[in-house]
Amino acid sequence: MSGPGVGWYLIVAAILFATGALGVLLRRSPLIVLLSLEIMLNAGNLALIAFSRQIGELDGQIFALAVMAVAAGEVAVGLGLIVAMARRGVALDVDQASALRG
Amino acid sequence: MGNFLVWVVWFVAAAGCLGSGVAVVSMQNPFFSALALIGNLASLAVLYLLLAAEFLAAAQVLVYAGAVMVMFLFVIAYLGGRADAPWAGGSPLLRTAAIIAAAAILVEVVVVLGLAWGDNLKDPAEVSDSFGSPGEIGELFLTDHLLAFEITSIVLLVAAIGGVVLGLTREKEPA
Repeated sequence: MSGPGVGWYLIVAAILFATGALGVLLRRSPLIVLLSLEIMLNAGNLALIAFSRQIGELDGQIFALAVMAVAAGEVAVGLGLIVAMARRGVALDVDQASALRG
Repeated sequence: MGNFLVWVVWFVAAAGCLGSGVAVVSMQNPFFSALALIGNLASLAVLYLLLAAEFLAAAQVLVYAGAVMVMFLFVIAYLGGRADAPWAGGSPLLRTAAIIAAAAILVEVVVVLGLAWGDNLKDPAEVSDSFGSPGEIGELFLTDHLLAFEITSIVLLVAAIGGVVLGLTREKEPA
């Protein structure tokens, strides 16, 4: 493979994953938490595809496609939850949605 | 010369990817965050292309940048300005812990990569031109990974029904 080796892609994936994790942990708007989750899932996808290219097997790409489908499902359910929260007058703030806290 | 061009494309895509990732996390307005995520997904698709994953790059643009982000933008438009919320509340201790946790993930991965850099990551396998093409992916999906394919379809169906049920307005809704 000409150009950057797989390690460089993995470093991008690692930085991207850490960025997404920061967003999930630090932001309070559930919408931005969902967007940050998408970043984390995509960082995982990038690592899967990079390794798939490295070992020359397509299974990693199949796994990445499955992750993509799960992410789409997660967004559908997550956005449904956020709309339901807004409709019932619950504040859109993950720190205040603490009714189920143990 | 070809090598140099690949490096340039890689560098631009990686920089766009990381920059828009930071923008998603740091924007105050969720609308701009969602727009930044579209840029993030597009530059990831370029990286996928460099890794010989043509079908995944196309799926990324169609499924993510197309369908998922449209859904996001609709919900953000529906919720309007209410969706704005500041950075984490809670104690500074929690915030510090969050930053340390994210930094720990990053350091771990980079250290492990550094250890493996010399031998395992050196020479990628030789692959044919059709590696990652829709034909090969489809063949694998219908032979080796048929179960995963079927389960994925069920997951999507359940998620679609769940989204509808969650968004339903009932007559007697508890206030």
